[in-house]
Amino acid sequence: MSPSVCLQEMIRVIRGARTQGEERGVIQRECAAIRAQFRQADSGGRSHNLAKLLYVHMLGYPAHFGQMECVRLIASSKYSEKRIGYLGAMMLLDEKQDASLLITNSIKNDLSHSSQHVQSLALCTLACMGSAEMCRDLAPEIERLLKASNSYIKKKAALCAVHIVRKIPELGEMFTPSAHSLLSEKNHGVLHGAVILITELCERNPDNLKQFRKSVPELVQIMKNLVTSGYSPEHNVAGISDPFLQVRILRLLRILGRNNDAASDAMNDLLAQVATNTDSSKTAGSAVLYETVLTIMDIRSESGLRVLAVNILGRFLLNNDRNIRYISMTSLQKIVQTDHTAVQRHRGTIVDCLKDQDASVKRRALELSLALVSAANIRSMMKELLLFLSTCPPELRSHAASGIFNAAERYAPSQRWHIDTILHVLVTAGGDVRDETVPNLIQLITAASELHCYTVHKLYRALISDIVQQSLVQVACWCIGEYGDLLLKGECEEITPMQVTEDDVLDALETVLQSHMSTPTSRGFALTAIMKLSTRITNNVDRIRSVVSIYGSCIDVELQQRAVEYNALFKKYDHMRYFTMSYCTVILEFGCRSRLSLVLGGRGLKAEHVSIIFDCKDNVYLYWFLLQSVQLQMKAPSGDLIPAQGCGTVTQTVLLSYTNKANLKMRVRLSYSSQGTACQDMVQIDSFPSPAWS
Amino acid sequence: MEWVGSPKINQLWWDSSLWGRELKLNTCERSHLYCARVKISLTAVYSGTVRTYQDNMQFMLLFSRQGKLRLQKWYVALSDTQKKKISREVIQMVLARKPKMCSFLEWRDLKIVYKRYASLYFCCAVEDQENELITLEIIHRYVELLDKYFGSVCELDIIFNFEKAYYILDEFILGGEAQETSKKIVLKAIEQADMLQEEAEAPRSVLEEIGLT
Repeated sequence: MSPSVCLQEMIRVIRGARTQGEERGVIQRECAAIRAQFRQADSGGRSHNLAKLLYVHMLGYPAHFGQMECVRLIASSKYSEKRIGYLGAMMLLDEKQDASLLITNSIKNDLSHSSQHVQSLALCTLACMGSAEMCRDLAPEIERLLKASNSYIKKKAALCAVHIVRKIPELGEMFTPSAHSLLSEKNHGVLHGAVILITELCERNPDNLKQFRKSVPELVQIMKNLVTSGYSPEHNVAGISDPFLQVRILRLLRILGRNNDAASDAMNDLLAQVATNTDSSKTAGSAVLYETVLTIMDIRSESGLRVLAVNILGRFLLNNDRNIRYISMTSLQKIVQTDHTAVQRHRGTIVDCLKDQDASVKRRALELSLALVSAANIRSMMKELLLFLSTCPPELRSHAASGIFNAAERYAPSQRWHIDTILHVLVTAGGDVRDETVPNLIQLITAASELHCYTVHKLYRALISDIVQQSLVQVACWCIGEYGDLLLKGECEEITPMQVTEDDVLDALETVLQSHMSTPTSRGFALTAIMKLSTRITNNVDRIRSVVSIYGSCIDVELQQRAVEYNALFKKYDHMRYFTMSYCTVILEFGCRSRLSLVLGGRGLKAEHVSIIFDCKDNVYLYWFLLQSVQLQMKAPSGDLIPAQGCGTVTQTVLLSYTNKANLKMRVRLSYSSQGTACQDMVQIDSFPSPAWS
Repeated sequence: MEWVGSPKINQLWWDSSLWGRELKLNTCERSHLYCARVKISLTAVYSGTVRTYQDNMQFMLLFSRQGKLRLQKWYVALSDTQKKKISREVIQMVLARKPKMCSFLEWRDLKIVYKRYASLYFCCAVEDQENELITLEIIHRYVELLDKYFGSVCELDIIFNFEKAYYILDEFILGGEAQETSKKIVLKAIEQADMLQEEAEAPRSVLEEIGLT
């Protein structure tokens, strides 16, 4: 293929390639030819060659050797070469590369070019990829253009100024006077740019806010003209006169009216007018109405206006167009805290949106539903949310589960309902819940002492039906270990009676131990539960003993360690086994996502065996921890680094001896460093669950 | 609330003196694109707004139903590899959507607004606070401009005249914001620029060629 083939021909050939390899070959040949052409500085086809290179770049092939050519073409005097050169610069160069500095001078010259189209190229490039240095250099030029040029250039200069202010906020002062005067322009493009510039200036600097508040009447007038003017074919979109400008002005009014009574008053009438008169049958009108509603809700508007706004959102919620429903829920989310009762009126429709096909709409509906849960509607809302959880897309599951947990914790009408809800979630979506759920649930169960019988029965039944959900398995194992005696007794008021023998229970726990679906943590729970049961059952102690000794040679180190320790209890300390196995697990919550599990032992012993297990989400370096009010002997921790993501634990054993068991309080201070920052956390335990002490 | 991010964010959360105050986070690098959920989490805690000072429109992509990119305009500074990665992700996400679904997707801390016209997807990534409906209108306006320019535009027009598609886009959107709200003026400007280009490329007269003028 001859190197001087035109762009369109090259595209045709590339598209004709039947395989990826063929395409690569064609492109390699073309690039080689282009590279040669660049080196020759052949003035004829330079722009065509660059265009070809840009096409190749868009297909994903490397094109960095074209960067210098862009710089050269930008400096050319021919418009056609400048045009493609600037396009190439925007595509191949970005502010992070040094080559971009080379074009600063060309841009500077072109900003004062006699042809406005050349000026336009320079402005466009600066606004698209201008680095901070370039912006600083060229800001005075832009400021000059803002004042003295035709409207075609002014509108572009205004947006360039916006880019400069975003890059270097301090330069905003330079543009403030010009921005003010631009508001009196008639040209819509210039006005649009000016409003964006003022918005940017106000958002960066509160002083500008004060100054531009004086322009509120002017803005209101411009808006009124737009809304009440007759049909203007040039700016009309579906019956709305220049919706782009209207939306921009409304947004600026929002920023100016926020937290300011005077400004809010000045725009009240206008907002009412726009809210009532805008035709929202097409997207353009809905866009303006939407922006109006956002503005009304954000400024200090009259209550009548707010009601109007919420009603508009309610209407949007019933719209057939999914887009409109989506944005309605987005805005309702913003006001659900401040206008809770108003939003509650639409709860039914929002809950219906949970069943929508569209994942985006579902997500919005979920957020809003969770925000609308209250003590009054908790039961009905939870039914809907649990239904949603069973059918929701996987990416929303963990968010839904944690939302349900939060809601249940805040508004649970009874402890039994709370436990039932959590169990339901674990059965439906146990794989997606956070790790804190297990200790939280354990804590909850421990606290609900009247429900121990009911809970252990329910968990046992869940365990024998399915052991896939690990969090459920862990809680069930713990519960059976702890309250196994209640399970074996067989009676329970709230649940249909079921005869459970010791063998059944041990079978269930051993299934967990042996299943390949069980994680090491779950196995640990199961083994501990089996061991605990040795003090609560009478007939099958030997079976337990044999299970424990088998796991003494297990590959999993954690499990092996436990089994060996339990084995030792059987062999050497059998007389103490009864006492030490009456465990009680107290789960404490620290901030920063670390968790401290305190496993206490003993009934009626002098020295208490305290084992503190850390299970953290970050890499944590353990320095030391301090226990007050007891005489303690600390053994070395099993490690001083806890890997992230719950991949491991550190165990530190502490022996306490004290005399006054009933009044034992413990304060644990944890000092650690996470990702390089030193952190401290402290937790105090005032009382221990009574089964631990006699 | 999920905390993803530096310990600094965690410290901010525990500093209750900050609650209710407007918090400005400086992001000198575009790592905010990858710091998922920080902005949303903080907005829930602090009753003010959190702005991370991104440009309004981050990028615009045009791609076919097979996922081939036909145009990509970036208004933020990213390396080529980052751009490729982002494009791939966004394209996959949008192509996975079913026909009647809504045009808005939440991705990282941006909103993706997309619409399909015949065989091309037009896709914009905008800041979280942007009015999505007006972004849809911006996309529609761009399609109308292309249509008027090429006369019943189709994908092939954009493939074979990609540089013209860019020129039209650059005449309508500047630095991520719409610069001109009148269709007529935009088309006129492009017409004039095209004429300038033709004049510049016009073959020189014979006398000029041999250097006599």
